[in-house]
Amino acid sequence: MNPIIVNKLAKSYEKVNALKGISFEVEDGELFGLIGPDGAGKTTLIRILASLLLPDTGKASLVGNDVVKDFHEIRKIVGYMPSRFSLYTDLTVQENLEFFAGVFGSTIEENYYLIKDIYHMLEPFKGRLAGKLSGGMKQKLALSCALIHKPKILLLDEPTTGVDAVSRKEFWAMLGKLKAEGITILVSTPYMDEASLCDRIALIDKGEILSVNTPKGIIALFPQKLYGISTPNSFSLLNHLRTLPICKDAFLFGQEIHVTTSNSNITCESLHDLLSNSGFTNSTVTLIEPTVEDCFMQLMGNNR
Amino acid sequence: MEKKEIIIEVENLVKKFGQFVANDNLTFKVFKGEIFGFLGANGAGKTTAIRILSGLLEPTSGKISVAGYNAYSQRDLIKANIGYMSQKFSLYDDLTVRENIRFFGGIYGLYGKILKARIDELLSDLKMTEFKDDLISSLPLGWKQRLSFSIAMIHKPVIIFLDEPTGGVDPITRRSFWEMIHSVANQGTTVFVTTHYMDEAEYCDRVTIMVDGRIEALDSPANLKKTFNANSMDEVFVMLARKAKSA
Repeated sequence: MNPIIVNKLAKSYEKVNALKGISFEVEDGELFGLIGPDGAGKTTLIRILASLLLPDTGKASLVGNDVVKDFHEIRKIVGYMPSRFSLYTDLTVQENLEFFAGVFGSTIEENYYLIKDIYHMLEPFKGRLAGKLSGGMKQKLALSCALIHKPKILLLDEPTTGVDAVSRKEFWAMLGKLKAEGITILVSTPYMDEASLCDRIALIDKGEILSVNTPKGIIALFPQKLYGISTPNSFSLLNHLRTLPICKDAFLFGQEIHVTTSNSNITCESLHDLLSNSGFTNSTVTLIEPTVEDCFMQLMGNNR
Repeated sequence: MEKKEIIIEVENLVKKFGQFVANDNLTFKVFKGEIFGFLGANGAGKTTAIRILSGLLEPTSGKISVAGYNAYSQRDLIKANIGYMSQKFSLYDDLTVRENIRFFGGIYGLYGKILKARIDELLSDLKMTEFKDDLISSLPLGWKQRLSFSIAMIHKPVIIFLDEPTGGVDPITRRSFWEMIHSVANQGTTVFVTTHYMDEAEYCDRVTIMVDGRIEALDSPANLKKTFNANSMDEVFVMLARKAKSA
C-alpha cells in the first residue's frame, strides 16, 4: 500500500471550494511535488494530511492511517513544516530542537544522523534566538525540528517561498539526502523550476489537479510545437504576435517569447519570414522543448 | 539601445549602521525607460539601497541623485517624484477599489477634476470599472498586485521602485504583470525592481547582483550569462552569492 493515498478529497470554506474532490497517491520513498500558485489548495491539502484540518468529504491515509480517525498515530509518523515560520522565536536554536524532540519522546542524540548535515550549518548559531535568524537559517531549523522524531513522511508546505536562490538550492540538496534515507516527502511550491527536482509532480490550480506525472512525462504531453523567438524589442513583437490569427498563445519568458500556433504546417522558417515581412527583421525562431511552466500555463488555459 | 538620459546616478554610495557596512561603495547609473533589476541574497543590502534611492533613508556618504534630486537635501522631492510598490505594501482591505485609488491620489497631491479623470482612466486601463465599488478584501491576489502597481503610478512618476512585487501568483498572472511593467517602460518610465525569482531577472534590460553590500556584477542578462559561462541567471546568481561570507 502506498504511504500517501488521497481519494476524492474535498474541502470548502465559506466562499471558496478549496479542494474539489482530488485523488492521487505517493509511492514509498518518493519525492513528490505539489506545484501551484497561491490559492490553488496546496495548504488546505497539506493541513488535512497532517490531521490539522478535517475534510468535508473523501478520504486520505498516511501509511494506512486514516487522517481523521487515526490522528494520534498520524502525528507520530509525520514531520510537518508549515509555510509560516512556527517555531518559538523566543527560544534559542538548541532549545527549539530540544523542545520538539521532547514533545515526540525523543532526544536530539537519538536521530542526530538525520539532521547532522543541516544542524552542522546551524551549530555556530545554536545559542541564538530563533527569531533572530536569517530566512535561510530559519528554514533549516524548521526542517531540523520536523525531522527530529524520525518521521516516515515529511509534509513541507512551501518551504522555499521568500528564500533566496542559494538557500533554495541547499534546501533541495537536503531533501535529496532525506529521500535517500527512505523518507517519503510531499513538498508544495509555487516555483515551477523546482518541479524538475521532484520524482513526480501534481500540478494543482483552483482546487483541482491538472496533471500528475514525472516532470519529463508532463513535458512530453505538451500538445503542440513550441517556438522560442528572440528579438531586440520583445514587447512590441509580443503585441504584434497576438494580433496574428495563426498565433494561439504568446508569452514572455525573459528576453524570449514562447509561441504556439493553431496551424501545424508552420515551420521555423515560415514563422521567421512572416515576422520579417511585418518589419521584425532581427528575430530568430527556434523549436524549443517546453518547460514545466509552459505546460502549467497550457493546462491552466484549458481549465478556464 | 538609445536610452542615454540618466535618471539615477550613484557614485561611491556608502551606508553604515554603526560598524556594519550595509552598502559598500556602490556606483551605477540607471537610464530613462530602463528595466533595472536589483538582485541579491537576503541581507545583501538591497533594501537599504532602495530606501536610500527612494528618499526614506539618508546615505552615509557618496554622491547620489534620483530624478535630478539630491539624496541628502531633496529627499521630499525624491519621494514626490517616484512611485513605490512592494509585496508587503498593502491596499486598504476595508476600502473599495475606487476609494483606494482616490486616497493614494490625494496623498500624491491630485485633486478635483484631475484626480477624477485619473481615477476613471486607471479603472478603465485595469478593466476594473465594473468592480470599482468592491472591497479590496474580495479581490484575487493578482488583481491586487495590478491595482497596487497602477496606484504607485498614479502621479506619473519618472521612476517606479518595485520591491519583490510578484510573489505567490500563478505564472499567467505573473506574466501579465510583467507585461504591464514592459508597457510603462516602453512609455519612458524607469523601472527599478528587486525579485527572488531568477527567471524574472531575465526580463530586465540590465541586472545588478549584490553580495555582502557590494555590487559583484552589473550587465545585461545575456552578457552576464556569457561572462560567467552559465545557462541561466539562476546559475550566475548562485555562483556569485556563494562567495558571500555572511550567513
